[in-house]
Amino acid sequence: MTNNAETPEDGSVRYDQARYVENGQYEPLLAEKDQTRVEIGDDDDSPLPDDLTRDSLELPELSEPELARHYTRLSQMIYGIDSGPYPLGSCTMKYNPKFTEDVAALPSAAVHPDRSERSTQGSLELMYRLQDYLGRIGGMDAVTLQPPAGAAGEFVGIRVAAAYHEHNGEGHRDEVIIPDSAHGTNFATAALGGYDVVSLPSDEDGRVDLEALEAALSENTAALMLTNPNTLGLFERDITEIAEMVHDVGGLLYYDGANLNALLGRARPGDMGFDVMHYNVHKTFATPHGGGGPGAGPVGVVSELAPFLPSPRVRESEDGASEPSYELFEPDHTIGKVHGFQGNWLVLVKTFAYIARLGDAGLADASAKAVLNANYLASQIGYDVPYEPFHHEFVASAGEQDAADVAKRMLDYGVHPPTTKWPEIVPEALMTEPTEVESKATLDRLAAAFNAVADEADGALEAAPNRTTARRIDQTSAARNPRLSWHALEDE
Amino acid sequence: MLEAVGAATVEELFDIPPAIEFDGAFGIDARSERETRRLVRSMLDRNDTLTELLGRGHYGYYIPSLVDHLADRSEFLTSYTQYQPEVSQGFLQVLFEYQSLLVELTGLEIANCSMYDAATALGEAATLAERVRETSGHRVLVPDRLLEGRRSTLENYVAGTDLVVEEYPLDDGVVDLEALEGMVDEDVVMLYAENPTVRGTIEEGLESIGDLATAHDALYVLGSDPIALSLLQRPADVGADVVVGDASVLGLPTSYGMGLGLFATREDFLRQVPGRLVGVSEDATDRRAYTLTLQTREQHIRRERATSNICTNQAWVALRTAIHAASLGPHGMVDLAKRGVTRAEDLAEHLDEMTGVAAPVHDRRHFREFVAHVDQPAAPIAEDLERRGFAVHVVGEHEIQVCVAGVSDAKLERFVAAFKEVVQ
Repeated sequence: MTNNAETPEDGSVRYDQARYVENGQYEPLLAEKDQTRVEIGDDDDSPLPDDLTRDSLELPELSEPELARHYTRLSQMIYGIDSGPYPLGSCTMKYNPKFTEDVAALPSAAVHPDRSERSTQGSLELMYRLQDYLGRIGGMDAVTLQPPAGAAGEFVGIRVAAAYHEHNGEGHRDEVIIPDSAHGTNFATAALGGYDVVSLPSDEDGRVDLEALEAALSENTAALMLTNPNTLGLFERDITEIAEMVHDVGGLLYYDGANLNALLGRARPGDMGFDVMHYNVHKTFATPHGGGGPGAGPVGVVSELAPFLPSPRVRESEDGASEPSYELFEPDHTIGKVHGFQGNWLVLVKTFAYIARLGDAGLADASAKAVLNANYLASQIGYDVPYEPFHHEFVASAGEQDAADVAKRMLDYGVHPPTTKWPEIVPEALMTEPTEVESKATLDRLAAAFNAVADEADGALEAAPNRTTARRIDQTSAARNPRLSWHALEDE
Repeated sequence: MLEAVGAATVEELFDIPPAIEFDGAFGIDARSERETRRLVRSMLDRNDTLTELLGRGHYGYYIPSLVDHLADRSEFLTSYTQYQPEVSQGFLQVLFEYQSLLVELTGLEIANCSMYDAATALGEAATLAERVRETSGHRVLVPDRLLEGRRSTLENYVAGTDLVVEEYPLDDGVVDLEALEGMVDEDVVMLYAENPTVRGTIEEGLESIGDLATAHDALYVLGSDPIALSLLQRPADVGADVVVGDASVLGLPTSYGMGLGLFATREDFLRQVPGRLVGVSEDATDRRAYTLTLQTREQHIRRERATSNICTNQAWVALRTAIHAASLGPHGMVDLAKRGVTRAEDLAEHLDEMTGVAAPVHDRRHFREFVAHVDQPAAPIAEDLERRGFAVHVVGEHEIQVCVAGVSDAKLERFVAAFKEVVQ
């Protein structure tokens, strides 16, 4: 197999991911290294009668060094932000400062949620101050930290909107309007909340089409969900007018915080007329993505909606003590809970530390560099970027090439590819978000990877990737013949 | 860089109408890394150092050092959802092994690679019940002592459906089968029970509950966790259709309630499962490789027709759980579960010896925690214990609940001594 990255002279990186092969297969499963069956029954030292216990348990029994090697090898078969640039559009894959791991690992952070308020003043203070930070950053009057992810935050927003309308005797509102280019979670969340989804087409410029919005709005509108800048990276310039239109029919305006990194310190959803928003702390505030989570999706609202937020929230208590103390309280018309306890606490600790470290200047600097980096990278690549002026991310088109193949080939150059084939408004979309953390040198290497792939023939793209742990994986076979555990493999 | 993009200043790159521009003054001071660490430490130092005899859905088992050291490898921490499986085989294999662990523990064929926590997993189970129901029913039955966080979260998840949550009673700590039988009819789409129960008792009627559910075409959803499942009845053997719960009993220390939603179900519901699934496939060299699969169920493809709105989940916690389970091995897991029975029952015996204390309240077998009756009002006892360095639950005017998970024998001894002083 030829590989133009063999001796890169184009500024790109030569990359080989770790690959262990044993008996013709990659790293074996734990269960292929050992399976030990433990019998459980009356005849041994079981403290329970047979009818209350299972018969046996069969799992791998391996030594600590064997496990250390297993998981170390597996970690080597993963590309993370610490491996190289990760411009996955809409996901804001910024570097995760190490010190935040240390503060979240403090033994004093490891407390049980049912402890008394008196004995957890530290956790309550941190939550109180984080509520305050996030309110300032979003221009919102009240914040809940409970939602454990962005989609959970959206769900809180939708439930709060429902409770608000119900409270005002407007429970008939059964529609949520969402632009067609929005994140899939918006649609799924509205549906989970029991709403009919009204899909809003974009205008020629890639923004909200005001005429289409006018037509979609009605007395049945519960909310419009919007992200700004939108998924094309474009700022919705008409946002004030949009807010007026939505409010005029009695609807609420929801801000999807996925793209907040573009605006830190420069514009606030609250000032734009949004009534409710979620923050993706694993995007905007650099908490690690952890291979898919945990994140956290705090929600901010204007004061009219504060009584509906999930319970409990944290406030300062008025006990007259010299040192401020904090207490939990239940908002008057709370929607209740969306998580068993207080959400993803350890992630919230990291969020607080990140914001406290950066401060006003650091946050504004993040958005400045995020937008500059996106613009610089776009200027250095050969692919067409049809919509501008974009901010923290841009959507290039792979043109005649298949965007999914472009992504596979980019892996061979030691970079993570962009999000592909979405939003659909751009043909063969390459949705690219380099974030503020990349240096010019890294952006140049990233651009070199884009450009090397742009010049390659379809054959090279279809044969990629070559230098990753696994070669191109057959998605169809995985779905046609689902094997979802090692038990399923044994049956083969 | 500005020259390359044709701008004189970074500000030129922002396309924000002046009317809504913000001056950047949040009023948040910047700090050095060292100062920030000191700030957070000094704040969290206001949390008292207590020995927590706390459970009720969140547990603080000892976490082996191996878990922290391996899970903190930055490739695990700093990657995201495995949209490019070829470069993410390690995490996909971890999640596949995690799914396999749950399949072994539950006996059900399918486990997803995480929900947020037990409460949201329960909510997702109800929406699954709505999608797969075979009757026109709309009632969801849950125990009357269901944790408030779970009950309330469930209510929110079903708010957009025609489902209605109703309570059935427990009798002396376990399901009141007679009362339940009187409540179950063809209108019931889901029947939820827990083992162990929120009172720490081991449920005795799991099979009968399953029979009731089956007879009325209701989905039988069982709440548990990986440590309890290592020893207690296997859900598949009692007819469970779905198992939910908090899998982070393995892998996380007490984390103010942060969890890992366990979700396992029967193969029949494969295409209705919420959340991400890792499956096996082959790569271009015909070697076995892992990938996210059946994604047409998910929000980024199916949008408003998705089986759930979940995207970001608890993958890294699932990694920690998988490492902790592997570190224990099957012997270690069964032993840990057995000690949950014997140590709780030993502690109850010690408390029961004291005047004015009856423990456990329920004449049942217990797992990890139990409720004790105290003749004196419970709240002042708990406050007194807290002053002596111990945290317990107050679950009734004269009821205290205690949990032995993660508490050393030496600390339990000191707790018994303190308890004795307090109630005397």
